[in-house]
Amino acid sequence: MIANDVAQTDLWRSLKEDLANASALQRSALLTEEARQRRRQNVRMISEAGQGHIGGDMSVTDILTVLYCHILRIDPANPAWPDRDRLVMSKGHCAGALYTALASCGFIPSSELSTFMAPGSRLNGHPNRLKVPGVEANTGPLGHGLPIAVGIAHAGMLRSARYRVFAVLGDGEMQEGSNWEALMSAAHYQLSNLCAVIDRNRLQQGAPTEETNALDPLAERLHAFGWEVRTVDGHDFEALIDAFEPSSGGRPVAVVANTTKGKGISFMEDDVSWHHKVPTDEQVRTALEELA
Amino acid sequence: MSTATGGSDVQPAEYDNRDAFADELIALARENPRVVAVCNDSVGSSKLGGFKSEFPDRLINVGIAEQNLVGVGAGLANGGFVPFVSGAAPFLTGRALEQIKADLAYSQYPVVLCGMSPGMAYGELGPTHHSVEDLSWLRALPGLDVVVPADRLETRQALRIAAAADHPTFIRVGRFKVPDVTPEGARLERGHWTTLRDGDDAAVFAIGTMVSRTLRAAELLASEGIEVRVVNAAYVAPLDRAAIADAAASVNALVTVEEANISGGLGAGIAVEVAQSKRRLPMRILGVRDEFAPTGSNDNLLDYFGLTASAISTAVREALSDV
Repeated sequence: MIANDVAQTDLWRSLKEDLANASALQRSALLTEEARQRRRQNVRMISEAGQGHIGGDMSVTDILTVLYCHILRIDPANPAWPDRDRLVMSKGHCAGALYTALASCGFIPSSELSTFMAPGSRLNGHPNRLKVPGVEANTGPLGHGLPIAVGIAHAGMLRSARYRVFAVLGDGEMQEGSNWEALMSAAHYQLSNLCAVIDRNRLQQGAPTEETNALDPLAERLHAFGWEVRTVDGHDFEALIDAFEPSSGGRPVAVVANTTKGKGISFMEDDVSWHHKVPTDEQVRTALEELA
Repeated sequence: MSTATGGSDVQPAEYDNRDAFADELIALARENPRVVAVCNDSVGSSKLGGFKSEFPDRLINVGIAEQNLVGVGAGLANGGFVPFVSGAAPFLTGRALEQIKADLAYSQYPVVLCGMSPGMAYGELGPTHHSVEDLSWLRALPGLDVVVPADRLETRQALRIAAAADHPTFIRVGRFKVPDVTPEGARLERGHWTTLRDGDDAAVFAIGTMVSRTLRAAELLASEGIEVRVVNAAYVAPLDRAAIADAAASVNALVTVEEANISGGLGAGIAVEVAQSKRRLPMRILGVRDEFAPTGSNDNLLDYFGLTASAISTAVREALSDV
């Protein structure tokens, strides 16, 4: 395993420290700037690769930024630290957003992002934990991340470890039966160290979720399955920080994060055609201007 | 081998491998506090009752939910545990095949999958409950070991090897009672097969329930002057390529026998090796012939598919007649 990017990890550590000491207003400003940088990197990666899932990457970026910069107890210099918090990226097709997050922690050098999906690159279109430090599971097929996160949460409970487990899911993925199997057993075992974050951008590959196989009332359904549910604006950093507080009632926590697919790039926002379309050079220029 | 029964009226004692599984799992759990069991409501059929009373906190029952079952196993391995994930073989493998592929084989999480009551052990319950496709499916996954123990001793050893591995393993844990076939003191080794009887006319590679039947077939053939090498090929993945090459170089015909669909199991694996070797050898591949079984007991169905000592000996004679 290649060592972390020490200089980048130092920058990340100082950002974490700044965030810990900042006022709410300053904190939002710092996270906004960090997320904007990641979106810019992500747009360039997809443009160079000529492939990627740009819509979902943009919708989940703020969620990942808060988690990686402010919430998770992780050490990029020791990615296998047994007591680390775990983030399982169940929506593995948004590997682009995950890689920018891992690069900003220094798990991988930022310079490597330009190899996204290039022949022989570690940065496959879906993440591989054996190649990329910081990745917890080789996701891609949907409905896999939450069951794995349930197992990690069980392990933490069994050995009274302090770590928390976050599973980041797409909303379309909630149509997979395996997620409902996992939701049932997590509640049954009262896995209060588990947090499922649902990137509720309301669009799946070809159509709105509600026109495909309706998920609503999603929060009520999750509640009925025995979870503590928090519904927030998934682009409001302070709201996300509050939502990621540990469970108060001994139950697993579900954060329904209402987001906008294509967030931050005006012509992509809430447009189903940008699930995995690749922007033209001119569209890339416009996107980068908007994200400047 | 002295355990084969040819010519004798005394039937050897036969055992349910699940009992050996249950005992060895408890032994492993006593030695290592990180050993946990995960099941899909199958506490009884997976014989986990003893484990549950001794280690109640270390048995996770996810209910009838095999996709979650396997995912939870991967997560427990991520969290530093040694998970033994058990369920009836047809549901564990068929229902959760994508989880076995992505979460275990591709992610390389060292989970031990225990496929209970495999093959046609559930006889009259029918093809929905038979697990004869498992070897074809699982052999196609790189990074996953596939073991079919032939008796009690091998079942115990397979569990122990899998518990210490840094990659996932699938073990078939037989319900159909079988006699002991492993010689005393023999040790199962990953990727190495055991020769139970020597011979240079033909070689028969057998697994699981078929090993004792193959030994009886060899006795029948010996009485006709045909000397058959009997190889217990317990590791269906990784295959013992040296054992295949050695047989291909020294006998005149090869026969494989498995309680599984012949489309992609042990016989198919050996045939791929042999087809790419220098020498052309006649082969017979015995198993379930790409057909859903009719109604019948496990014994009836083994007869139906020609998986008896007599049918195995016939196949050897036929293969030798092709030479």
